[in-house]
Parts: sequence; structure tokens; C-alpha cells
Amino acid sequence: MTTFEAILLTIVTASTPFLIAALGELVAERSGVLNLGLEGMMAMGAACSFAAAVTFDSSLIGAGAGALAGALMAALFALVVLGFAANQVGSGLALTILGLGLSGLIGAPFVGAKRDPIGHITIPGLSELPVVGRLFFAQDLFVYGSLVLTLAVAFFLHRTRAGLMLRSIGENHTSAHALGLPVLRVRLLAVLFGGACAGLAGAYLSLVYTRFWSPGMIAGRGWIALALVVFAAWRPGWALVGAYIFGAASVLQLHAQAAQFGLPSQVLSAVPYAATILVLLLLSLRHGRAIGAPGSLGSPFVPER
Amino acid sequence: MRLELIPRPNVSPVMRAIAPVIAFAVAFLIAGFVIWLMGRSPVSAFQVYVLHPLADTWALQELLVKATPLALIAIGLSYCFRANLWNIGAEGQFVMGAILGSWLALATHGTDAGPWVIPAMLVLGVLGGMLYGLIPAFLKTRFGVNEILTSLMLVYIAQLTLDYLARGPWRDPKGFNFPQSVTFDPAATLPAIIEGSRVHYGALFALIAVIVTAFVMNRSLFGYRLRLTGDAPRAARFAGFDPNRTTLAVFAISGGLAGLAGIAEVSGQIGQIQPSISPGYGFTAITVAFLGRLNPFGILAAALVIALTVIGGESAQIMLKLPLDLTLAFQGILLLCVLSADALVSYRVRLVGRGAHA
Repeated sequence: MTTFEAILLTIVTASTPFLIAALGELVAERSGVLNLGLEGMMAMGAACSFAAAVTFDSSLIGAGAGALAGALMAALFALVVLGFAANQVGSGLALTILGLGLSGLIGAPFVGAKRDPIGHITIPGLSELPVVGRLFFAQDLFVYGSLVLTLAVAFFLHRTRAGLMLRSIGENHTSAHALGLPVLRVRLLAVLFGGACAGLAGAYLSLVYTRFWSPGMIAGRGWIALALVVFAAWRPGWALVGAYIFGAASVLQLHAQAAQFGLPSQVLSAVPYAATILVLLLLSLRHGRAIGAPGSLGSPFVPER
Repeated sequence: MRLELIPRPNVSPVMRAIAPVIAFAVAFLIAGFVIWLMGRSPVSAFQVYVLHPLADTWALQELLVKATPLALIAIGLSYCFRANLWNIGAEGQFVMGAILGSWLALATHGTDAGPWVIPAMLVLGVLGGMLYGLIPAFLKTRFGVNEILTSLMLVYIAQLTLDYLARGPWRDPKGFNFPQSVTFDPAATLPAIIEGSRVHYGALFALIAVIVTAFVMNRSLFGYRLRLTGDAPRAARFAGFDPNRTTLAVFAISGGLAGLAGIAEVSGQIGQIQPSISPGYGFTAITVAFLGRLNPFGILAAALVIALTVIGGESAQIMLKLPLDLTLAFQGILLLCVLSADALVSYRVRLVGRGAHA
């Protein structure tokens, strides 16, 4: 395997958590709920999955625990913003703070533990294709899962009745309610889905990407995934493109650090964050205000009686 | 089973005032439960978290020292949040203020620069935070870029800049390779209010900020413009208030106050540049601002209360071996409780059973 191929492989690994987290948030936002707690849910996913994987010596149980932890955090968020109609921005921030703290408590006994790499599934034939073969057809379950998830979310949102319902609720909850659509129930499910995805993305980071747990390991990836949703104009296909661009940026900056171009390492570490700002700016330059944003995004809904 | 919200016809002002107190009590109960789950005694934790920091004068001074940056930043944030604008990058503005102000301290180090140094540093600190805060505001007003994400991304960039400076160009060459700058000269040190105490002038600035803000919010056209922009943006537009100017103004104010807090912390408390100068004051201040219900005097009280739990968290780590992350988790729960309480002041919740679903 050449260095070039090795770099491409790590890009796939680095992009996958972005993609999974962004897809979950995308669905939640399409239903009209802005959950800024992505970073905290991912941290919880990373800590809980790692703890479960080490305890039961099973990465699969770990991944399940991660998704469950993310969904539980999302349930708490849903109680506050859907049940009590509290401010979504503030509650999302609170969820992030809570998740970072709780994950620290849960992960503390597991600092220093290390997991073995999880198995790769090689698809015969396809995996022998030059370059793309090893890249996309000899990967772990999460990578395949994330690609399938992209298709599934796209199909669900744009080709099913339930998806149409979810989008119309996100677009205008008052009209949707008047039509008899169950606004809060759909939003609850969308938020739970988002949480499970964030937990899974966190699980991927601790079980596959680093294979250990350390506090602060999410390092702003949740926030970048939030930016990805804006970048994707709330479309799953573009979330895929965006996730791989950001994955590539974060891997290339690591290689640039190792190559020592004479630039301080901090400049390169800042690249993903600066790139996020730049991308958001370029998008706005092209389209004016954020396009594709659901009409009711972020506003609480209290049905009139 | 589901929840149903019923708007309260008239919101009692008493309820509105005590809602944060109730939220605080609920958060304490939840935290106590978590500590009990961890197999520790919630009673002794309560003693260490809340009573211990109030026990002696040294601890009380420490309380003021910790509350100072929280109050300064949260007061600034209240301008943004009132106008329904989301500056969550105060941590970065804090760091940038500290950097720009410290530049002067290091540039004049070892010279006979007079007493003008510290006021000039404070001005630079405000300027640093203000300019840094204006970046997301400008991107929002000029290009429509979401301010939440840009202000947050700028936090990471500010922290990395500080890290670079402390390990690189600003490192003390005689400092045995420790990543920190020289200790600031006395002329570049923010003095204590009372000789010999640890409480520096930053505390006074915070108090002034509270009083000025109380006046601005309740007695000035600008304060009215802010509240109207936040509560009824369309009405504000009809009234001829330019939303862009409001955005730039509140980000400049909150950035400036965060920058002031940053340079006050470095010059009055730490005394040198280090790779990290804040335990997350900029984020904790968000909780403070909401706990204080965006009211200046409320924020002052909230800053003291949160500072109490921060110090309590530090002593709990030493005395009870309870991890610092517990404090962070507590702040998260507290903020969720405060926001819920805020909403529940306006709504009554009813549980509606749905037959077998219940």
C-alpha cells in the first residue's frame, strides 16, 4: 500500500464520524429542531461506548451503548425543548456542557485502556479495484453503515410520506398542526434519531479512530458537524460531500504537521476551524442567506387549543 | 402519555423572580443524586461545595476573584442574548483581549515605563475582545453567516494562537523551557483594590458594568431597541431600528467586556502568559447570564453563586477526590433547569394519559 493510499484510507476513517453525526442532526433540523448539543452527545457516545466495549469486550455492544447514550441525551433535550418549550439554543449549549462533564465522569476509569482494531469486511472482487477498492470495499462496518445511512436518509426525506410529513413540520409547524400532523411526536423521533447518530459517531471516534478514550477527544467535531448541515443546505447527499471534504482537511493538516513545513503546529491545527468559517462565508456569498434552512428551525411549538 | 402546555393567562412576577432559585434547588437535588449514585455522601459534598468556600476570608476573596470574569463576560452576553443574538465565542474574545493587552506588558517589560502601562493594557484588552467579537457580527450582518458557528470556531483559533505565543515567541528564555512568558512588571500588574488582598480592580470594573448596564437596559433608547429587536424583530424594523447596527453594537459590547475580563485575569491574577488562561469562563458565563435571567443584578448574584460551585468543585477534587467534570455536568444540568423554569413560568404542564400508551 502506498503512502497516498494510506492517507486516503485515513480520510475515510476521519470523515465517517462527521457524516454520521451530520446526518442525524440534519434529520432533527429538517423537523425544525436545532440541537446544538451535538458535541456533548458525541462525547457521551464516545465515553459510554468505550466503557461498554472494554467491560464486555465487544465493540458491537460498545457501538450500541454509544447510540443509546446519544439517544438518552437527546431524550433529555427533547423533554426540555419539546415538553417545556424551552429555548433551543440555550438548551443545546447546556446539553453540550452536561455531555462533556458526564462523559468525563464515565470515561475516567477507562483512561489508558486500549481497544483492538475492529474487523474490516472485504467485499470480494470489488475490493481489488485499483485505489477505490481498498478505500471503499475493504472497510469496517461503520463506513458501510454511514454510506447506507446517507442513502436511507435521502430516500426517507424525499421519497416517503413520513419524510414529507417531517419536512412540512420543519417548514411550518403551525400549518402542519392545522393539517393534523403530530408535530411534537415527529420532532421527538427526529431528535432521538439525531442523538443516536451522534452517539454512534462518538462511538466510532473512541472505538475505531483513536481506539482509546480521553477527555476532550471530540475536539469540536460536533460543532463542525453542525456547520456541515448548513454547508449541505440540509441535503443528505451534500452532507456526504461535506463530511469527506472536512475529513480530508483534518487528516491533511495532521500530515502537514508531521512533514514540518516550518509552520507552527498550531497554525495547522487551526485549519479545520478556519476552513469551517471560510466555507460558511463562501456559501453565503454564493447564495445570500443560508439556503434550504427549514422555516420553523429553532422556534418552539406550543399547539393552540 | 404526553405533556401538554397550557399558557398561563397572567404570569406572576413573584414566580418569575424565584424561578431561577427553584431551578437551582432542583439542579442541586439531581447533582446530589448523581453523587449518591457514585457511592459518595451528598451531605459532605454539599458541605465542601457550598459551605466550605464561605468559611474564611481567604476563600471569600477567592470567590470574588472567580466571580469577576464570570460577571464581566455574562453582563456582555446579556446584551447579545437580549437582542436574540447568539455570541457563544466569549471564551475566544476573553483570550484575544488577554493577548492584545499582554503584548504591551511584554513589550514594556524591563523598561522604566510609567504608570500609563496598565490603563493602556486594559484599553488594548477591550479592543482585542471587541475586534474579535466583531468578526462574527460582521460576517452575519454583511454576508448572513450564522453567528453561533463562527463565534465558536473563533474560540478554537484564539486558544491555538495563545498556545503558539506561550510556547513560541513569548516564552521566557530563562524559564527552563516552561511554556510561559516572563512575569509581568509591577507597572503591568493590575493592582489589588485593598493592599494585600487578592481582589484586583477587575471586581470594581464588573460592579461598574452591572450598574451601567442596569441603566442602559431600563432607561435608554438603546436598551429599548435591544429588547424590541429580541422580542419583536418586525416591530423593531418598523420602528426604524437597523438590526445590523444592533448586531454590531451588542457583539462589540460583549466582546469588549470579555476582552476586559481576559486582560484583567492575566494582569491581575495570573501575572504572565500561559498556554491556557481560562478554565472555560467564557462558556460558564453563558450559564451565569441565563441563571441571572439576563438582568444585571441577577447576573451579579449568579456569578457569585456559580463561582461558589467552581471553587467548591476544586476543593471537592482535593478533599473528596470528586472529579472536576462533576462541576461541568452540574453546570449543564443547572442551565437546563434554568431554561426549563423560564419556560414553565409562562406555561402550565399537564400530563395527558393516552389509555394503554400511558
